[in-house]
Amino acid sequence: MDAWSLLSYLAFFSVFAGIFAVMALGLNLQWGFTGLFNVGVAGFVAIGAYTSALLTGAPDAERFGGFGLPVLVGWLGAMGLAGIAAFIVGVAALRLREDYLAITTFGIAVTIQLVALNATWLTGGPFGIQSIPKPLAGWLGTGLAWNLAYLAIVLAVLGLMWWGLERLVASPWGRVLRSIREDEAAAASLGKRAAAFRLQSFVMGCMVMGLGGALYAHFVGYIAPEDFLPILTFQIWAMLIVGGSGNNAGAVLGAVLVWAIWTVSGGALREMLPAAEQARGAALQVVLIGVLIAVILVVRPRGLLGERATVSRHAGVSPPPSAP
Amino acid sequence: MLQLIADGLVVGSVISLGAVGLTLTYSILRFANFGQGEFLTWGAYLAVSALSLTLAVTGGGVMTPIEPFSFGWQLPVAMVASAALTAALALVLDWALFARLRRTGSAITLVIASFGAALALRNLLQFLYGTLPEYYTREIQIAVRLVPRGALGDVMGGLRITPDQMLVLGVTAAAVIGLHVLLTRTTLGRAMRATAQNPALARVAGVDVEGVVRATWVIGAGMAAVAGVMAGLVGQIRPGLGFELLLPLFAAAILGGIGSVWGAVAGGLIVGLAESFSVPLFGAEYRLATAFLVLIAILLLRPRGLFGEKA
Repeated sequence: MDAWSLLSYLAFFSVFAGIFAVMALGLNLQWGFTGLFNVGVAGFVAIGAYTSALLTGAPDAERFGGFGLPVLVGWLGAMGLAGIAAFIVGVAALRLREDYLAITTFGIAVTIQLVALNATWLTGGPFGIQSIPKPLAGWLGTGLAWNLAYLAIVLAVLGLMWWGLERLVASPWGRVLRSIREDEAAAASLGKRAAAFRLQSFVMGCMVMGLGGALYAHFVGYIAPEDFLPILTFQIWAMLIVGGSGNNAGAVLGAVLVWAIWTVSGGALREMLPAAEQARGAALQVVLIGVLIAVILVVRPRGLLGERATVSRHAGVSPPPSAP
Repeated sequence: MLQLIADGLVVGSVISLGAVGLTLTYSILRFANFGQGEFLTWGAYLAVSALSLTLAVTGGGVMTPIEPFSFGWQLPVAMVASAALTAALALVLDWALFARLRRTGSAITLVIASFGAALALRNLLQFLYGTLPEYYTREIQIAVRLVPRGALGDVMGGLRITPDQMLVLGVTAAAVIGLHVLLTRTTLGRAMRATAQNPALARVAGVDVEGVVRATWVIGAGMAAVAGVMAGLVGQIRPGLGFELLLPLFAAAILGGIGSVWGAVAGGLIVGLAESFSVPLFGAEYRLATAFLVLIAILLLRPRGLFGEKA
């Protein structure tokens, strides 16, 4: 492989890693900082992707939408609609025991998958939506230059999300989230309404996931229901757990690592298996990642980069020598 | 109309059977097991293998159906073998994964682990058996007219049901009554109910909690395997069989109230009927979303379920 195609492959790889990192950051807000178990990541990503595609695409006589709006409007719309969906799910499930949220989000992902597959007038059905506009492609073409430019956009969005989320979780609001996660009764006794905070965190996390979906749609330029199968949820979860939940750096590191493991193992299985066995190879790939999750949960439950311990500087214990 | 009710009851009884196992593991092991659907699938496929093995050993691979059903005596044998193997699978999974996490992690860690295990199990199955649908038998069944045409007018006369479908209803009833007797009349059943209510107190009272956990896995996975075989008997056996039933199972278990066996049965039948009635309203392609609507409705209106204690 020469340097040129290596560079273009790296750009391609990094864009996907960056998009997954955005989604993992959204999940980290929900699971890492608030302890909300969302099994419907793929559903909220799909809402974002389809919303942005419908808002920005060219009109199509066959289906609804195609408003030709600017890409930025599409991204904001993606976040908005994902947030509304999350609000509906959250109101129904968040006030109950924690695993009901898991079941409900699982349900909405299945339902969104059904709508994507069958509501042809809206989503294009199994054939999906083609020719989603690629921002700046008018100037840069769709070659390497565009891939690099889009990489810069993804990294900028990732940086913005990172900065915003770090600010949020370091704020009093973020401290309340963690206190609810650790001890809900104690937080409630201080007058914090746990249900409201959980709902806010859940909605915001899903908005970030919706944005991730929109980033994906405008990079690939084509979305179909099979892009948003439960395996996507599974990948994002693997990223967060491997990297270390409760730590935004862990979420991003996990996204890069798991995506690397995924592409390398996929490539290796494709090399090793004959053409007729490719489908079975893909199944084996999922088994490997599933085992990886289970092993990390048992062996290293905090992930590679665990959450930083926060100890008050007024606490009476003597600080370790390395602390400032 | 009546036909919809009959179809809904057949689908609903398969859901009931799976949901009873789910509600049992949910209340005693205290976590939502996303792997329960995969136990159904594994049960169905293990029965396929056990069936072909039994057929190869006895009489050269041909199954002579027992009238009026579409299968011979080998299928019940295969079902028992598959239930035992699925229970063994659940015990291995508990030993390798869940038991370790029960000691260290929270309940929600167990849910994540079960989610990972479910995807691994489903894809392992797909790797081993491929994606083409399988059948226990190629016999075609003639549906029996339950009510003779003309006797009660044309509305009633349209009701048809195959003997296999009636058997599914019967097996569900038998399994649920058996489980009810086990839970209320035996020492193991009392120990299981005590553990569900308060594990610490049960341990103090001399209940072997580890043994109860193992028994729960065996019963839950065994019933899942039977449900999987029943689903395969009246439909196709595909790698997605259990995954597609997972949402109805959860909806049924929550609708009935977690921990309530009769609630899970009622929930399963209600979800089955709702699915059946949704077909003429929204079209067959949205059938799977019905369980989700039922779930949302019950969470909003009565989150502890129809027969459940306060969650």
